[in-house]
Amino acid sequence: MIQFFNVSKIYSPNIIALDDVSIKIDKGEFVFLVGPSGAGKTTFIRLLLREELPSRGQILIGGRSISRLRPREIPFLRRNIGVVFQDFRLLPDRTVAENVAFALEVLEMPRREIKPRVEKALARVGLTARAHFFPHQLSGGEQQRAAIARAIVNNPHILVADEPTGNLDPAIAREIMNIFLEINRMGTTVIIATHAWNIVNSLRKRVIALERGRLVRDDREGVYGYEA
Amino acid sequence: MKLRTLGYFVRQAWYSMWRNAWLSLAAMASVAVSLFILGAFLLLAFNVENIARTLQSNVEIAVFLKVETPRQKAIATGEAIRKLPGVTAVDFIPKEEGLRILSQQLGNEHDLLGALGGVNPLPDLFRVRVSDPAEIQTLAAAIASLPEVEKVNYGQAVVERLLQVIRWLRWLGAGLILMLGLGALFLVILTIRLAIYSRRREISIMKYVGATDWFIRWPFLLEGLFLGLAGAGIAGFFLYAGYNFLVQQVRLALVFVPLVTDASLIQMSIWGLVAGGAFIGIAGTYFSMRRFLRV
Repeated sequence: MIQFFNVSKIYSPNIIALDDVSIKIDKGEFVFLVGPSGAGKTTFIRLLLREELPSRGQILIGGRSISRLRPREIPFLRRNIGVVFQDFRLLPDRTVAENVAFALEVLEMPRREIKPRVEKALARVGLTARAHFFPHQLSGGEQQRAAIARAIVNNPHILVADEPTGNLDPAIAREIMNIFLEINRMGTTVIIATHAWNIVNSLRKRVIALERGRLVRDDREGVYGYEA
Repeated sequence: MKLRTLGYFVRQAWYSMWRNAWLSLAAMASVAVSLFILGAFLLLAFNVENIARTLQSNVEIAVFLKVETPRQKAIATGEAIRKLPGVTAVDFIPKEEGLRILSQQLGNEHDLLGALGGVNPLPDLFRVRVSDPAEIQTLAAAIASLPEVEKVNYGQAVVERLLQVIRWLRWLGAGLILMLGLGALFLVILTIRLAIYSRRREISIMKYVGATDWFIRWPFLLEGLFLGLAGAGIAGFFLYAGYNFLVQQVRLALVFVPLVTDASLIQMSIWGLVAGGAFIGIAGTYFSMRRFLRV
C-alpha cells in the first residue's frame, strides 16, 4: 500500500511541483496518473522511488515512511519497485537477456538463479524469441518489452512506468498496456503516468489527475478528461 | 563480498581503464613521476643523514697543548681529560710522534728535523673520543678551559652544515612533492570522472534496480587504486634500478662517500611509494565520486 499524506514538493526558488497531495493506492491496484506536461507526474514517481524527498508531508510504502529511510536502506526499497521509462534505457552493448540479467547481477544473485528468472520474465513479455538480440536490432515496442522484463525480473510488489508508450505508435502502445494489465493481474501494483488518453478511456481503471501540482480528480473507473 | 562479485568489480575496473586508455596512462605516468621524485628525495635525505651520522660518530676532539708545556704537566692534563664524563678514549700523541708522522707524510728522504734547525715546533696532542656526539660541544668547551690547552678542534662545523642541508632538502622536497602530487591527484580525479561519465547509463539503471551504493562504487575505487599502484610500481622500478646504478658508480668513483646500501631502507622507500600511490588513487576516486556519483 502506498500512502501520500499532504505531500508537497517545492524546487528552489519557488517552483511548486506537487502541492498538498494526499492519496492512497492499495496493493494490487492499477492506476493511471494523468495530467498535462509539468503537472507533477514525474515528480510523483521520483518521490515514490525516493530519488527526492518531499518538501512537506509523508510518503508511506507498506506502512513505512520512506523519508525516514537511511541512505543505505534506499536500494532495498527500490528492489521492491520496478521502473519503466519512456526511453527504455537499455544498455546498447548487451543483449536483451543480458540487459534483464543485469538487474539481478547487480544484486549479487547467484547465476543459476538468474537464468530461470530471466527466461520467465522474457516469457511474460513475449520476448523469448528475441533474447539474444541487441537493443538496436529490436523495434521500439520490443525494446519497451525488454525494459518491462527487466523491471519485473526481481518480482517487485510495485511497478511504476513514466510515459511507457510515449515513443510508440497506438497499436504497439495497446500491446504494451496489455502486458501491464497482465502483470497487474498477477498481483503487482501498477502505476502508469501517461498521455495516452484513448487507452485510459477504454480501460476504465482508476485515474488520478494532477494539474499544476494539485490533485484535481481521483476516479475509480475514470477517463482521461483532457484533450492530449 | 562474494568472490564472484569481486571478480565482477575487477573486470569492470579493468574495462573502464581501457576505455579511456590515454587518460589512464597519463594519470599513471603522473603518479609515477611525482612518486619517483618523492622516492628520490627520500633516498637523498637518507644518504645525507647517513653521511652526517658517519661524520658525527667519527668525530673526535683534537686537543692541542701549549708548545712549552712540560711532559709531566701534559700527562696530568691527559688524566684530567680522561676523567671528564662522556670521554671514552684519550690517545696521547707527543710532539716527537707528531713530527715523525708529519715527516712520514712528507716523505722519508726529507730531513724535516734538520730543516727545522733541530727544534720541534709541534705541540703535544690528545685525540679524544666521546660516547655521545651530541655532547661533543660541551666536552670540547670543558677541555678548552683546562690551563695547559692551547686550542681544541672538532668537526662540528661540517656536521652542522650537513644538518642544514638536510633541513633544506626536506622543505624543497616537500614543496615539489606537494605540487606534483596535486597534479597526479587531479589527473586521477579526471580519469575516474570520465569513467563515471561513460558508465552513467549503467549507473542510473543500477540505482533504479536497487544495487547498493558500494556495489556501484567499488569498481571505481579499484580503478583508482590500480592507477595509483601502477604509478607506484613504475616509480619504484626506476628508483630501484636508478639507485643501484648510482651506488655502483659512486663506489667506483667516490669511494669515501658512504651511500646507504641497506636493503631495508630502500625497501622502506619503495613501500612508501606504494602507500603514496594507493593514497593518491583512492583520494582521487573519492573526490570524483563525491562530486559525480551521488547515489
